[in-house]
Amino acid sequence: MLKPTIGLEVHVQLKTRSKMFCSCPVEFKAEPNTLVCPVCLGLPGSLPVLNRQAVEYTIAVALALHCEIQPFSQFHRKNYFYPDLPKGYQISQYDLPFSRNGYLIIETEEGEKRIGIQRVHMEEDTAKMIHGESISRTSGYSLIDFNRSGVPLLEIVSRPDISSPQEATLYLMELRSILRTLGVSTANMEEGALRCDVNISLERGTRTEIKNLNSFHSVRKALEYEIKRQEEVLKEKGQVIQETRHYDERAGVTLSMRTKEEAEDYRYFPEPDLVPLKIDPPWIEEVRSRMPELPEDKRKRYKELGLFPQEAATIANNPELANFFDSCLSLGAPGKEVANWLLSEVMKYLNARNLSIIEVPLSPEGLVEFLTVLKEGTISSKIGKMVIEEMLQTGDGAREIIERRGLAQISDPVLIKKWAEEVIKENPDQVSQYRQGKEQLFGFFVGKVMKLSGGKANPEILNRILKELLLRE
Amino acid sequence: MIFQPAHKILKEIRERNLSPVEVIQATLEWAQKLEGKLRSFLVLDPEGALAKALMLEEKLKKGEEVGPLAGIPVAVKDNICTRRMTTTCGSRILENFLPPYDATVVEKLERAGAIIIGKTNCDEFAMGSSTENSAFFKTANPWDIERVPGGSSGGSATSVASYQVFLALGSDTGGSVRQPASFCGIFGMKPTYGRVSRYGLVAFASSLDQIGTFARNVPDLALLTEVISGHDPRDSTSLPEPVPSYSKELDSPVGTLRIGVPWDLLQEGLTPEVKEAFEDALEIFERAGFAIEEVSLPHASYGIPTYYLIAPAEASANLARYDGIRFGLRAKGEENLISLYKKTRGEGFGAEVKRRIMLGTFALSLGYRDAFYVKAQKVRTLISQDFQKAFRKVDLIALPTSPTLPFKLGEKVQDPLSMYMSDLYTIPISLAGLPAISIPIALKNGLPVGMQIVGPALSESLIFKASYLFERESGLSNLKPPIVEELSA
Ligand SMILES: [Zn+2]
Repeated sequence: MLKPTIGLEVHVQLKTRSKMFCSCPVEFKAEPNTLVCPVCLGLPGSLPVLNRQAVEYTIAVALALHCEIQPFSQFHRKNYFYPDLPKGYQISQYDLPFSRNGYLIIETEEGEKRIGIQRVHMEEDTAKMIHGESISRTSGYSLIDFNRSGVPLLEIVSRPDISSPQEATLYLMELRSILRTLGVSTANMEEGALRCDVNISLERGTRTEIKNLNSFHSVRKALEYEIKRQEEVLKEKGQVIQETRHYDERAGVTLSMRTKEEAEDYRYFPEPDLVPLKIDPPWIEEVRSRMPELPEDKRKRYKELGLFPQEAATIANNPELANFFDSCLSLGAPGKEVANWLLSEVMKYLNARNLSIIEVPLSPEGLVEFLTVLKEGTISSKIGKMVIEEMLQTGDGAREIIERRGLAQISDPVLIKKWAEEVIKENPDQVSQYRQGKEQLFGFFVGKVMKLSGGKANPEILNRILKELLLRE
Repeated sequence: MIFQPAHKILKEIRERNLSPVEVIQATLEWAQKLEGKLRSFLVLDPEGALAKALMLEEKLKKGEEVGPLAGIPVAVKDNICTRRMTTTCGSRILENFLPPYDATVVEKLERAGAIIIGKTNCDEFAMGSSTENSAFFKTANPWDIERVPGGSSGGSATSVASYQVFLALGSDTGGSVRQPASFCGIFGMKPTYGRVSRYGLVAFASSLDQIGTFARNVPDLALLTEVISGHDPRDSTSLPEPVPSYSKELDSPVGTLRIGVPWDLLQEGLTPEVKEAFEDALEIFERAGFAIEEVSLPHASYGIPTYYLIAPAEASANLARYDGIRFGLRAKGEENLISLYKKTRGEGFGAEVKRRIMLGTFALSLGYRDAFYVKAQKVRTLISQDFQKAFRKVDLIALPTSPTLPFKLGEKVQDPLSMYMSDLYTIPISLAGLPAISIPIALKNGLPVGMQIVGPALSESLIFKASYLFERESGLSNLKPPIVEELSA
């Protein structure tokens, strides 16, 4: 197979209070065209004023991606005509972007891998077009909602360091978790808060670009398809054409949109309505001091607690889960055990119901109590699975559930001995086989005794007593 | 009464010898009388003006605070947004456009108690030097109705020169306040770039556009300029420095100044009448004790080609929003997006606007950008540096406003290049973002001649003081064109 070279260009909607250049609120569920003003409608005479919060969010993202923040950057006008672009140009950045030269780290099966970040820059979002059913060329219609017009966007461009569709997905997941940890974006692809274009070539040959992928699934599928397509083209014709392609989600194929020759000339020039953006080091430090711990650092810390890399990554890349996990740690619980339960029973429960950890009544205190109860030997891990499921459902404490449902482990040797004797008495054949050396039958006896105890016998004591009785003759 | 300076009328109103209603009625009557001959206004709003005057009257009766321009009738160029009156920019594409908001300068005028009686004619989107590029009609020069009033703020200049209003606002991108002030025999100020908020000024070339002021004497001009100046949080390019009281500072002594004259720039195109008037004006300064020195602005003669790359480039983007989608003209019967764009813009824009959009689009295009737009920006920097160097030697620079006397209507419409040359002496100052005034210095063949006084950034106060000295020495203020004499007789 030919080696793919992949680069990602991601657009992220920032969830600032107001839009990038006016004071209209940023909100995605409002009635169409209610969050608008002369500025974001591009009315004659209106002027943009840069939102400070958008700049601070950008500083935070640039820092999290290890980028060099430029002390001096500039906005440019990107000129093209389209009804979703009210001014006829988009305020974006060009040759003096906000920041450059960073990286992020993904956790692949072969270990950590660095993906370079070429640049992070700011621009404004366009309005949203809703296309009506078009029966013929003349009967169709399009509606425009300007609520989205002027919402701040970040453009994050990776270097072509990604070498498989899987890595592309990991890159996006890592990026998403950074953005969510920083609290600067919902980073939800399905809602359009995170949009992705990909560049792909084989063996560093001619590349194609696939535009507007709107789910993790589409990114992977489009790349897989495009790799196959380019391989076939190379086999048959020997030359891939440089072009922009579109991914048809339903058909699962990529289709040509325009070739390089048809590419638009955006006639960039410096935005004269805005002064150059100056970022001084104290401002950067101020933003840095307010930043939460990043997934990358969390992973490192978790690995030091004895978690496997994949376990550490799963928790660290889910800010809510990581918060929960950290709360358990601060209550003194052992990390490895917390992680075992979180990533098995708890995740299984959440995933089956499509819930997040903050949407269930289980608290970190609850989980820590549960682990204590388990350690004390009041219940077995098998019973534990039942208990934790009930905790996830009801939010009741482990002790409460054990008490109410009589699940406490039975450790009384007299009682256990009585059950063991009964089992030995009722299964003379197996007993004699065991005594003749068929030791694998031990499990059979354990199971029988457990059944009699209703699953509550303390396994350690049960093992000891059963062994004694079986060896006695 | 309407022939009095605004500052005198203000005093009379404040002392309750005159009522704002009397002033507005007299003004409107006179304005309407001249309007048939001059056509300064695209919109006149007598009802609105009268209502405002009545409101002021009430306030005055109650002894309430009324603001520094209370009761003064003013005109506003039609590329400045007003929610009360349409704002067309002299273009078909905005023929019925009523902005949902007021420009910052309009808010400031209203707060100061000024009464906006109408919106004045101008070259379409302020592109022109004669007001002949208005899509609606031509405005006449009150000194000779066969001649142009200059442009692009020709309507504002004519309205002030003919006493239709006391004061007016214009906009100056490459000379559009100073040149019509000169052609109409009045005073016109283009402040430092960023001194006056551009919020609500319909953009032509954003890095050059500056709202400016018209009046018939320096004290009125200084007062109007101080009212509209100042930082505006809605305009990122507006300057944060506090605004001095230009009108009060007029009374403090100006001292002996060094005045620079860029004779190298004046080699080109200067007509004998203007040259003579200018040399006489310099003598007035000399008699006042000022030192006249030669300064060199070696790159200023590249001003016109530089300007005609940068301004159209910015205009090509600024005018992209007129696409027929959200407001303004939309061509009828179009089937698809591209033809809707083409037809709307084809019908909505006039020839000069189209010429500049094409010029600007070309100057920014891939493969040409470096040779044109980028190079022009470099020359612009050199021109700015020329001025900086000159101001190390002198306090102010004086030069004619226009190389020629006002030309005839229709004389240059077919020859855009010779029209562009009309701004030869104003454009370098615009490129450098500096403040400059145009003041009347002579009448030649019955036509006014103007002189610019240019200063370093934010030196408006000094410029006003030097101009005021000239005004008193020359006696050339509150001039009455023949048509005004005739009709008032
Ligand atoms: Zn807005």
